[in-house]
Order: sequence, then C-alpha cells, then structure tokens
Amino acid sequence: MKNKILEKRKLAYGVHEFWIENPIVSKNAKAGQFVIFRLYENGERIPLTISAVNKDSFRVIVKAIGKSTYELCRLNKGDFILDVVGPLGMPSEVKYYGNALVIGGGVGIAAITPIVKELIKEKNNVDVILGGRSKEYIILENEFKNANNLYIVTDDGSLGEKAYPHQFMEKMIQEKNYDIIWAIGPSKMMKACSEVAKKHDIKIWVSLNSIMVDGTGMCGGCRVRIGNKLKYTCVDGPEFDGRLVDWESFEKRLNQYRKEEKIALSKYLQEVGEPTWL
Amino acid sequence: MAVKQRLKTIERNPNERNKDFNEVNLGYTQELAIEEAKRCLQCPNPTCVQGCPVGIDIPGFIKKIAEKDFEGSYKVLKKYNSLPAICGRVCPQEIQCEGSCVLNKVGQPISIGALERFIADWAINNNIEEDIIPEKRINKKIAIIGAGPAGLTTASELSKAGFSVDMYEVFHDVGGVLIYGIPEFRLPKSIVKKEAQLLKKLGVNIFTNIPVGLAIHPKELLEKYDAIFIGVGAGTPKFMDIEGTELNGVYSANEFLTRINLMKAYKFPQSDTPVKIGEKIVVIGGGNTAMDAARSALRLGANVTIVYRRSENEMPARKEEIKHAKEEGVKFQTLTQPVRYIGDENGNLIGIECIKMELGEPDESGRRKPIPIPNSNFIIEASVAIEAIGTNPNKLLLSQFDGLELNKWGYIKADEFGRTSIEKVFAGGDIVTGSATVILAMGAGKKAASVIKQALY
Ligand SMILES: Cc1cc2nc3c(=O)[nH]c(=O)nc-3n(C[C@H](O)[C@H](O)[C@H](O)COP(=O)(O)OP(=O)(O)OC[C@H]3O[C@@H](n4cnc5c(N)ncnc54)[C@H](O)[C@@H]3O)c2cc1C
Ligand SMILES: Cc1cc2nc3c(=O)[nH]c(=O)nc-3n(C[C@H](O)[C@H](O)[C@H](O)COP(=O)(O)OP(=O)(O)OC[C@H]3O[C@@H](n4cnc5c(N)ncnc54)[C@H](O)[C@@H]3O)c2cc1C
Ligand code: SF4
Ligand code: FES
Repeated sequence: MKNKILEKRKLAYGVHEFWIENPIVSKNAKAGQFVIFRLYENGERIPLTISAVNKDSFRVIVKAIGKSTYELCRLNKGDFILDVVGPLGMPSEVKYYGNALVIGGGVGIAAITPIVKELIKEKNNVDVILGGRSKEYIILENEFKNANNLYIVTDDGSLGEKAYPHQFMEKMIQEKNYDIIWAIGPSKMMKACSEVAKKHDIKIWVSLNSIMVDGTGMCGGCRVRIGNKLKYTCVDGPEFDGRLVDWESFEKRLNQYRKEEKIALSKYLQEVGEPTWL
Repeated sequence: MAVKQRLKTIERNPNERNKDFNEVNLGYTQELAIEEAKRCLQCPNPTCVQGCPVGIDIPGFIKKIAEKDFEGSYKVLKKYNSLPAICGRVCPQEIQCEGSCVLNKVGQPISIGALERFIADWAINNNIEEDIIPEKRINKKIAIIGAGPAGLTTASELSKAGFSVDMYEVFHDVGGVLIYGIPEFRLPKSIVKKEAQLLKKLGVNIFTNIPVGLAIHPKELLEKYDAIFIGVGAGTPKFMDIEGTELNGVYSANEFLTRINLMKAYKFPQSDTPVKIGEKIVVIGGGNTAMDAARSALRLGANVTIVYRRSENEMPARKEEIKHAKEEGVKFQTLTQPVRYIGDENGNLIGIECIKMELGEPDESGRRKPIPIPNSNFIIEASVAIEAIGTNPNKLLLSQFDGLELNKWGYIKADEFGRTSIEKVFAGGDIVTGSATVILAMGAGKKAASVIKQALY
C-alpha cells in the first residue's frame, strides 16, 4: 500500500483537497465513511471523511486547525502518507425518502458530496444548502449541479443570502415538506440544525467528529451520549440522529486537549515558521 | 529432606523503575537459571504439564537448562510454544504450571515462567532460530483476521505446515493487546517485533491497516480462501456508565494505555498524541489491566490509587503485578465502588463519589459478593479516572458477518477446536471466550490450526 498523494489543491485559506492512491479504500468506501491517517512513526492518528472516490484513489478535504492537520496540509503531490486505514464507520443510510434537505457547513461541505450524489442516485429530490463564514469558504459549489436546488448562505452575506444555515433551513422547512435531513459541519451548526429539525419533528442525520484514537471501537474515547445510551462514534456512527445527541457533553469533549493542542501547534510553528503556505 | 528455596529473579529497585518505562523484571542470570533448574524433581508424572494450557514439556526443557544445553532447551520449548519470551513474562504461572508443581506441597514451586523467559531471551540474544522452512508447500490459502496472540499463533502454525497465509490487522502494527495494552515495562515491544519478523520469514503475508468487514467483506474472504481464522479479540471497553461518564479525564484503560503504549503519549510534545495526567489518578478495577494502567500512570508522575469493590484476595490480577504495583507506590482502596463522577463547569473531572462495600455470600463466580454499605458515601478527589472493568466483543467485523452465530454476550460461538457455525470459518482467543489470557488465546489458535491442517492437507 503506497498511499501516494496524486493531487493536491488549495480550496480556501487553510483548506486543501488531496487525492490519495489506495485501491482498498476507493473500492469499498461508501458515503458517510472515513479513513484514519498517520503521517509518520509516533504521529497522531487523524480521522478524515472520504469525500469522493475514483478507480484507485480517494479524496479527503482537510482543514488545518492544529499541529497534525497543519503538517498534513504541508505535504505535496508525490509525497506519501505512512498509514491509511479505512474505510471505517457505518455508511450513511441512503435510500429513497422523497424530499431530502442536505446542509453542509465549511469543511463539512466535503462530507456531504458523496451523500448528495447517492441520494440523487436513489431518485430523491435533493435540496442543498451550503454555508460558510464568507464567500471564500464556500467550496466545491460546482459538485452540486445535479441537486434540485442549491442555496448558498454566508455569515457576512458576501455570497448568497446573509444567514446562518439553520436559519435558512427553518425558512425552507416552512415552505416545503422534507422527509429527511442531513447536516454536516461545525458542531455549533449541527446542534442548531438539530434543534430546528426537532421542532419540526423531522429526522436529521449529523456526522460527529469526536476525538478518536483507534477508530475501531477499542478505546471508548469517541463515546457520545445518544438518547441516553453511550455510543462509540467510530463503530456505531459517525452519523447519528441529531435530535438525540447530548450536544453539551459532546462539545465539552471536543475541547479536552485544548491546552496540549496549543503547546503542540506553537512548538510546530516555531520549527517551520509562519504558515504562509496555508 | 529440606527443599531448597526458590531463587529470586533480579528486579529493578522500585524507586528507580517507577520513573521510567524500562523493564521491571530482569529475569535470571545463567548461574541462577541453572541453579533453579536443578531444583526440579523431573517428576515421571509431571503435574506442571497438566497445568499448562498448551502442555509444554516442562521437565524436558528444564532438564536441558540444568545440563547447560540452552539450545536444546529452546528447541523443546519452541515445539510447544511459539511465543515463549512473551509467555515467560505475562502468563499467570501461579495458577497454571507453577500452581500445579508438586513442590507446592513441600515448599515453593519451580520458577517455570522465569526459566521459560530465560531460555527465550537467551535464544534471541544468541540469534538462535529454528528450522522454519516448511517441508512442502500446499496450494491452499488461509486468511487470519487480527494479529493478536491467537492470530499470530494460528498464522505461524499454518505457515510452518506449508499453507499460504494472509494475515489482516486493522492497526498499523501487529501484536494486538501485546502492543497497545501491556506496557513496555512488562513486555518490551522489541520482543513482539521479533515475533512478527519470524512470521515474515515464514512467508506469512501481513497486511496492516485493513479493517476486515469494511475494507474486505466476509463474502469476499469466503470466496477467496480455503479457511478463515477470526482472532479479533474482545477489545471494546465497558464503562460502569455512572453519572458523569462523559467528563473529560474519564478514560477506559484501553484508551489510556493505547495513548501511552502505541502512541507514545508519555513523550508528548515530542510525540503528537497527548494524555491527561493530573496530580491524582484513580484506577477502577482489580485485573491485570488495572495494574498496568495504574503503574503507567505512576510513571507519568501521578499519585495513583486503585479502587476495587472486593478485597485484595479476590483481585484477578497476577500476584506479581499486585506486588510490583504496591512496591512502586500505587495505593489500594479496596471494598469501594464509584457511584458518580463529579465535574467542574468546563466538563473536567474533579472528584469521584464512592460507596463502601462489604463481602456477602459467594456468588456464581465463587467469589464473595460485594454489597454496598448504605450511607457510607464519600468523595475521592481526582482529575483522571481510568475504568478497567472489562471489555465487550469487538463489533467491527462481527456486525458484517452474516450467518456467524454469536452467544448471548455477543462472542462467537465456537467448539473446542474453534469451529464456528460457518464451514471454513474458525475463531479463537478473546473473541470466543471473552477476556482471558495470552496463553489461552495461543492455545485456541493452535487447536484451530490443527483441525484446519486435518481438513485441508
Ligand atoms: C469521523 C471524522 C471525520 C472527520 N472528517 C474531517 C474532514 O473531512 N476534514 C477535516 O478537515 N477534518 C475532519 N475531521 C476532524 C479532524 O480529524 C481533526 O480536525 C484533526 O484530527 C485535528 O488534528 P490536529 O492535530 O490538527 O488538531 P488539534 O490541535 O489536535 O485539535 C484541534 C481540534 O480538533 C479536534 N481533534 C483533535 N484530535 C482529534 C482526533 N484524533 N480525532 C478527531 N478530532 C480531533 C478537537 O476538536 C480539537 O479541539 C474529522 C473527524 C472525525 C472524527
Ligand atoms: C492491559 C492488559 C493487560 C493484560 N495482561 C495480561 C497478562 O499479564 N497475561 C495474560 O496472559 N493476559 C493478559 N491480558 C489479556 C491478553 O492480552 C488477551 O487475553 C489476549 O491478548 C487475547 O488475544 P487475542 O489474539 O484473542 O486478541 P487481541 O490481543 O485483542 O488481538 C486482536 C487483534 O485483532 C485486531 N482486529 C480487531 N478487529 C479487526 C478487524 N475487523 N480486522 C482486522 N483486525 C482486527 C485488533 O486490532 C487486534 O490487534 C491483558 C490484557 C490487557 C488489555
Ligand atoms: S511438577 Fe514441578 S518439580 Fe515436577 S517436573 Fe514439573 S516443575 Fe519439575
Ligand atoms: S476511536 Fe476508539 S473507540 Fe472509537
């Protein structure tokens, strides 16, 4: 397994697209699943959603937010990833529902591309909302051409409507009946969307980016409370019904290693200098 | 006749060793090993062998040590056990071979584990290798899923017999619990690596980073292989699931140990994966896993207490580990059960509410049942709690395997030889028995290999 980086492209500030050669992942991956990368000996294990597949390669879209993702984003075409394990996680429950609404926020847009594609294949009517802080953060727009409707919202109004995704979602639900919803993005967005869905009693899938170690159900570190049951995001998820997620403890767990992460990143930046390449 | 005392192995000073991850027990010198071997009575009807799950010819290999024929001894040992350097270090000898040695009646049993380790280490240090070229190659393909002791043993047995063997492991390294669970100070990783190298020499194709079930579907395996052995372990941690289980600072022992052993978190920030340490760490449980977590935590500089709901007599850990933990400074608070975790406003653990227990009548396990004493609640301060209270079957593969029968606890149903409900599919180790031991997992692998050989030769 060589895991060569075949293509790399910058999509937005700090957001990079990679195509990685790995026939095992590309042959078996289904929408909603993820891989885990390890860049070198003693490196961290980095979970990333599989965002598209080709014959012998697959795509991930990475947002640089800490030491390991910075390091990953510094790699170039022709470099290799030491370990790629996947596909992991349960595939999205894609089938015929009728009217589907799919919301992607920020780098979460990468994760909804395969889901939208599959939903269309299953003959659903699919409306898509892409959300971002400003117009620079709206990525992959042209990959949603086959959706019935594509809407764009930005926090600052620099592209599309000025709104948060959940506000726009509320408006759409007022106008149209949806049978199923997906919302993938920052946890604040997924939480807000889940509240809207709960109010209207519509099932909503969210994809949780819990902190993981192994990704195989072995450490229990990715646990989340779903409808008062402990679930392991890596093997029971990563997608869960957002109406049942205990968002408060989920968000607190995401901040577990804040202090350590800061130390690691500043130490790294001391070594490599200003991240102009981001 | 006075029986000579059993000779002690060399152990590092507790106050020195509790600060690093180097090995605690240094084993025997040649002289000590020979002396100890000479104590063996060479019983014509050796009870020690009956106590060994893989039936090693114990008097046989010990006799050769007494005769200073170390290479000969190694050959005897290897005939029965493919991982002697590992077993010599981690087997619960006191309840197996040593527990059955006749010398128990008149004094102390032979130190069989330390002798086994001595010979295995001697062979490693002297580059002694067995003749591993199989006599004939057989045109049959076997898939091994999971590279823990069960999978490793099955792979080596079948490869030696001439089969073509593909081994799949989801981690980036082989060894299973031996690399991510059992810490370096008890079992150096270099020893597990040695074993993996041997497998490669035998011609086993090792594929790491493969989640079987998701990357390769069971159907595909059934089409491609003449037999399949499943040794995926019982790695999924259980939680008591008391209030506050989501708090930051509450770990399963598996996560804590994986961060340290596999991801080298004790070197953070030189390594990338962090682990919370804090001043006070409480470890919950009384098995080997609890001891390993506690002693690892101690080495990271914490003040460590083990909380266990029964008394020390009922602790399932190896006696040696309990002794080592105490010597190194782990505190024990027995007859105590946590009932609630207490956190601060940021979701960080600050304390554990516990209740005192007393022992009642023996339960089904034969051990006296712990009963809570009403109104005895109290709080232990802690910023990290590590639960080591047991595991569940690993679902990664099982959830994908249609038609594979499981028992009511979710483990694979298999007979004594590892035969499952599906023809061609065998299973062994923790995924059949639930959490057990290295040697039992190896024994299961050996038995399955023997019936696979019979069926396919
Ligand atoms: C199933 C899943 C799919 C994901 N898909 C994508 C994706 O497609 N694109 C993308 O850019 N990111 C994705 N992530 C998040 C990505 O894994 C983290 O951003 C990355 O691990 C952070 O590592 P770091 O060292 O750069 O940051 P750090 O400085 O270590 O951490 C920054 C923040 O990242 C999160 N984080 C840290 N370590 C982990 C970890 N081991 N696992 C998960 N989150 C962690 C925490 O919230 C933390 O506060 C996904 C996460 C999961 C669990
Ligand atoms: C901390 C700790 C300390 C212990 N101490 C001792 C001791 O001192 N003495 C002793 O005898 N026993 C001890 N044990 C128990 C012993 O380690 C286990 O009984 C033994 O490892 C079981 O072996 P196994 O091969 O069945 O499974 P495991 O060792 O669990 O190996 C299973 C392997 O399968 C892999 N796997 C799982 N699912 C898949 C999949 N779908 N595809 C591919 N690969 C997969 C896993 O990654 C793993 O590598 C200890 C256990 C722990 C956790
Ligand atoms: S029972 Fe004890 S004394 Fe007898 S052969 Fe076995 S190890 Fe030696
Ligand atoms: S990441 Fe370890 S159990 Fe999910």
